[in-house]
Amino acid sequence: MMAFNRKDLLGIRELSVEEISNILDTAESFKEVSTRAIKKVPALRGKTIINLFFEASTRTRTSFEIAAKRLSADTINISPSNSSVAKGETLIDTARNLQAMAPDAIIIRHPSPGVPHQLAHLVEASIVNGGDGAHEHPTQALLDAFTIREHKPQVAGLQVAIIGDIMHSRVARSNTHLLTKLGAHVRVAGPRTLIPTDYNRLIGESEGSLLVCDRIEEALEGADVVMMLRIQRERMSDAFFPSLKEYSIQYGLTLRRLELAAPDALVMHPGPVNRGVEISSDVVDSSRSLVLDQVTNGVAVRMAILFLLVGRDSQ
Amino acid sequence: MKLLVKGGRVIDPSQNMDEIADLLIEDGRVKTLGSDLLDADAEVFNANGLVVSPGFIDLHVHLREPGDEYKETIASGAKAAVAGGFTSVCAMPNTDPVNDSASITRYIIDKGRAAGFARVHPVGAITRGSKGEELAEMAEMKEAGAVAVSDDGRPVMNSQVMRHAMEYAHDHGLVIVDHCQDLNLSAGGVMHEGRYSTLLGLRGMSGAAEESHVSRDILLAELTGARVHIAHISTRVSVELIRAAKHCGIPVTCEVTPHHLALTDEAVMGFDTNTKMSPPLRSEEDRAALIEAVSDGTIDAIATDHAPHHMDEKMLEYDRAPFGVVGLETALGVALKALYHSGVISLARVLELLTTGPARVFSLPGGTLVPGAIADVTIIDPERPWTVDPYQFHSKSHNTPFGNWQLRGAVIATFVAGREVFRLS
Repeated sequence: MMAFNRKDLLGIRELSVEEISNILDTAESFKEVSTRAIKKVPALRGKTIINLFFEASTRTRTSFEIAAKRLSADTINISPSNSSVAKGETLIDTARNLQAMAPDAIIIRHPSPGVPHQLAHLVEASIVNGGDGAHEHPTQALLDAFTIREHKPQVAGLQVAIIGDIMHSRVARSNTHLLTKLGAHVRVAGPRTLIPTDYNRLIGESEGSLLVCDRIEEALEGADVVMMLRIQRERMSDAFFPSLKEYSIQYGLTLRRLELAAPDALVMHPGPVNRGVEISSDVVDSSRSLVLDQVTNGVAVRMAILFLLVGRDSQ
Repeated sequence: MKLLVKGGRVIDPSQNMDEIADLLIEDGRVKTLGSDLLDADAEVFNANGLVVSPGFIDLHVHLREPGDEYKETIASGAKAAVAGGFTSVCAMPNTDPVNDSASITRYIIDKGRAAGFARVHPVGAITRGSKGEELAEMAEMKEAGAVAVSDDGRPVMNSQVMRHAMEYAHDHGLVIVDHCQDLNLSAGGVMHEGRYSTLLGLRGMSGAAEESHVSRDILLAELTGARVHIAHISTRVSVELIRAAKHCGIPVTCEVTPHHLALTDEAVMGFDTNTKMSPPLRSEEDRAALIEAVSDGTIDAIATDHAPHHMDEKMLEYDRAPFGVVGLETALGVALKALYHSGVISLARVLELLTTGPARVFSLPGGTLVPGAIADVTIIDPERPWTVDPYQFHSKSHNTPFGNWQLRGAVIATFVAGREVFRLS
């Protein structure tokens, strides 16, 4: 197996295509573990992994915890009630305290962009970015790509529509980086108030391409994959759009809108789903929807990442 | 007491002078400027190979006293100033309490005199407590020694209050200094809005948040006839607005910081909180426009916006860390790097922006070496290489984006009223 020469997994932007393929290929070999009667391999026995979640999360935290446990690592969950500032602790003290417990990896989710990067400079443990503000969510993008690979012969050349609140979405950013690196053509759409400035200039040199569409229909036209993003109700107060009702009519994915996409288009959503807002129930529950496959694959992809980062010295 | 500065290249933008000359100082004033001066009683400073300039003047510093002495004191800030070649600094009023009364103005002046380094000129508040509601007692502050008024950092959002402030300040011969930022447009922003804020997922502040207030102030300056100085402009459109206003004869001036001349928003990649300041580092297009504006005379002064913060406060999440960087001790080297060593602008013009230019904006003493002027003198070596070590700063704080930068151009000695207040060891 090709070596993975990184201490941390902070984002997709800095990864090469080879590194991405390495993670996805490794995940293939771990997926089978979860189907066994005894769902455990000894790969990370004796390793300590801390789940440090400064933001509410059920799916991602549980997925990381199960992944670590199936690799036989010891896991600890820390969920500080609020950020270090509210507790009066600076990042450097948070880092030093964690380091003092000698963990092998720290999975961190934080509402502020860049916290995993700031901590990575300060601790010896591997840092895995479990989502930092609206910046990156690399493991989500990797599990999305893994899920697409299971259903399509290759990612290169696919037309992928990402629709909804792009501005506040780390999933959109990480997926845009990852899918265009793999050669896909990404189109994003949503209300202009929720498309960040210069989004079309997000990616660097790449085999794929990135297009910001004015209308959701334009993004859906002939799409092979449709990724819907969650609309956060708390955004209402910032006057981004008039009402959830109007949003669902103008930008929601219905079976009728889905007809614009390719006949075999896949529908994905990083969860949690707001049924009837960004996506209608009949789409979520249809055979096109891969929402639960994404969750299943999340465990395999996170096992691969932890194995590549933490298992590197015992290989 | 006499001092003879011999053999230096004297650059005095106030009299378009750039030649090898001797400078004789007596009783704190410039006595004579000429060649081959001799005075048996004078102490001699050999300035061979060095540049002799009027003392630098910084229109925009935060000395944090009273209230936040753990970040900086008037004494530590004034010492950092002279180490950076500044013989005069203008202290912004956003202290705790805000400098909105004559007694606080006097306190700052007294502390500055007692420190005995740079001259400290207080800037009074525009409104009481800088709350943007009632006018502060500007005339009393002026009598106590305030050189201008500003609600820097907490810009006056109510345009009617700003109009009245301009009219009243105009009556009393005070310049209004404005930190132009529409706080609604910039709400939640922590960096420039553009490709890099989108990449990093950080909330952006659009250029329009600055430009809308620059245009408002220009319109109000025309309406009221008041003298308005736009602090730390940072965008191409701000430059164009001010250039057009000056062309129309509207009494507006502006300043730029060294960091906006040397850095862009790309520097935020990596999340170093020492790249976080307000206004934020802008795009390369904006930076290029600022340099052009320095070159064509649209910009009147280089000001540091020296904003000390304790390391513990900066060691936070990027979006939670306070805005601001120190600048007094890197200003010359960074300005020379961005403007002079890059081959764009003459050394004399850079020095004009640090001396005669700012003196004119607030009508301050200094900024000139004409006989009879106060003998505030800065002696520099524009070629001397050095590496920025923030822990060697005289400032109490180290929050600079220029740590480990290799700079060319150092302050060799600084004199205030003919008295040596700094010498490079």
